[in-house]
Amino acid sequence: MPTDVRFRSLVPADASPRGEPMVTLFFDGRALQAPAGCSVAAALLANGVSTFRTTPVSGAPRAPYCMMGACFDCLVEIDGQPNRQSCLVAVAEGMQVKTQAGLRSFDGAGTVIAEEAAHVE
Amino acid sequence: MNTSDLIVVGGGLVGTALAYGAARNGTRVTVLDEGDDAFRASRGNFGLVWVQGKGFGMTPYARWTMQSAAQWPQLAEALNADTGIDVQLRQPGGFHFCFSDDELQAREARMRSIGDALDGDYAFEMLDHASLKARLPGVGPAVAGASYTRMDGHANPLKLLRALHAACRHHGVRFAQGSRVTRITPRAGGFEIETRAATWHAPRVVLAAGLGSRELAPQVGLHAPVQPNRGQVLVGERVARFLDHPTTYVRQTDEGTIQLGDSLEDVGLDDGTTAEVLSTIARRGVRSFPVLESLRLVRAWGALRVMTPDGFPIYQASTQCPGAFVVTCHSGVTLAANHAFSIAPWIAGSAGNGVPAGIQSFSGDRFLNGNETFHHAH
Ligand SMILES: Cc1cc2nc3c(=O)[nH]c(=O)nc-3n(C[C@H](O)[C@H](O)[C@H](O)COP(=O)(O)OP(=O)(O)OC[C@H]3O[C@@H](n4cnc5c(N)ncnc54)[C@H](O)[C@@H]3O)c2cc1C
Ligand code: FES
Repeated sequence: MPTDVRFRSLVPADASPRGEPMVTLFFDGRALQAPAGCSVAAALLANGVSTFRTTPVSGAPRAPYCMMGACFDCLVEIDGQPNRQSCLVAVAEGMQVKTQAGLRSFDGAGTVIAEEAAHVE
Repeated sequence: MNTSDLIVVGGGLVGTALAYGAARNGTRVTVLDEGDDAFRASRGNFGLVWVQGKGFGMTPYARWTMQSAAQWPQLAEALNADTGIDVQLRQPGGFHFCFSDDELQAREARMRSIGDALDGDYAFEMLDHASLKARLPGVGPAVAGASYTRMDGHANPLKLLRALHAACRHHGVRFAQGSRVTRITPRAGGFEIETRAATWHAPRVVLAAGLGSRELAPQVGLHAPVQPNRGQVLVGERVARFLDHPTTYVRQTDEGTIQLGDSLEDVGLDDGTTAEVLSTIARRGVRSFPVLESLRLVRAWGALRVMTPDGFPIYQASTQCPGAFVVTCHSGVTLAANHAFSIAPWIAGSAGNGVPAGIQSFSGDRFLNGNETFHHAH
């Protein structure tokens, strides 16, 4: 069941709350602005992203839950490295962030395990 | 009030398998468990349902292990039927890697000795590097070869523990958490069992308290000289399926997680981790499967095995205090099926009081004369 995004940014997504310089990062090719020092997860949420990855077991969409490195729900691919916890990585200029579908594989790409996607409703 | 037919002391893999086995035959069971601050092997193990290599120098243990592995599909099915939890049993056969020709030869001698003692009823293969590589293409050049049997498998040990707890509840088992048993007193018609908050009564009691059984056993005329032995485990991120078979040092769970294990350390009651041991485990994993070099590690833990001096289980009924039993083993995942289907009915008295075939060698009294050293084989 989809739920509304609960995240509400106190400042516009492309403005810096404490005057930090803004950096540009890319999410699935789309250019986003975020203040330097903020986490990738916070940057994506502030820019309205509500699905970060899909789970390998059920294929369900996922977004950050704990924002502190404990739940692993915020996994994305960052600069070619899959399975990064986006709440623990700071944004950087030109960073390439991608949705991760299913499990990472050792050749770098994410793979959806189709036959397991039927496991859980 | 606090009466049952059977009290199980300890709610780990051993205690819950016994409680489940007894309760599904209609016995009224209470489990008294110390709680989350205890040392608990059942929360920290590797999940192998493992046969090969076990019972070297003790053939009854080889038979006992093979019997449990053979009964495991029934256990997994029964748990699934009672709880809807799939414990992810897979028994595709397992590999034990050797990193030198000497190691490979020693392994072959060990396997052959077990096989001979079983009159050849023990199908195993020794594989050199090339034939191993043909079966497991990811294997690295440092691996000299492997032993393989099709009897080996694995399960998800945390799902197993959860399923056993849920299945116990399904069959009416009562759980008293935070109930550390301090004193067991034989009384006419049974036992009085004290925890800080309450006193419990039952005509039968089984000590399945892991490392805690050592202290409790003498109170009911039993002998369980178990010692802690630490194992450290590394857990990697989830990756797409790369390994279908369990191996002794590396396995991949149903969800894709990579588990790397484990160590064997005599450090007393210390379940911490050390960088030195973890890096050895990591290095061995990468030598086994070089592709793991790019694996990101997620967590690590240490857990304490419950070890008898010779590494084999203790199953014993007290002659001094009839109705009291002790059950302990260092392979509680592998032996879970035997505990539920053979040991539990015996303890509950529903097997016509017959001692299960093959357990005569596992009396704790064997340690009353001298100590032996144990062989580790998961
Ligand atoms: C690193 C590692 C890897 C392993 N790998 C495998 C494997 O691959 N395959 C396999 O088959 N086995 C494996 N094992 C072994 C397996 O985990 C154990 O055999 C099994 O968990 C033992 O279960 P237990 O119930 O006896 O002990 P525990 O899990 O220790 O449970 C004992 C329980 O008793 C309770 N207790 C203690 N004292 C008292 C008291 N006085 N009153 C009330 N309650 C008490 C504790 O709270 C605890 O819950 C491994 C173990 C380790 C540590
Ligand atoms: S949001 Fe929980 S780990 Fe990142």
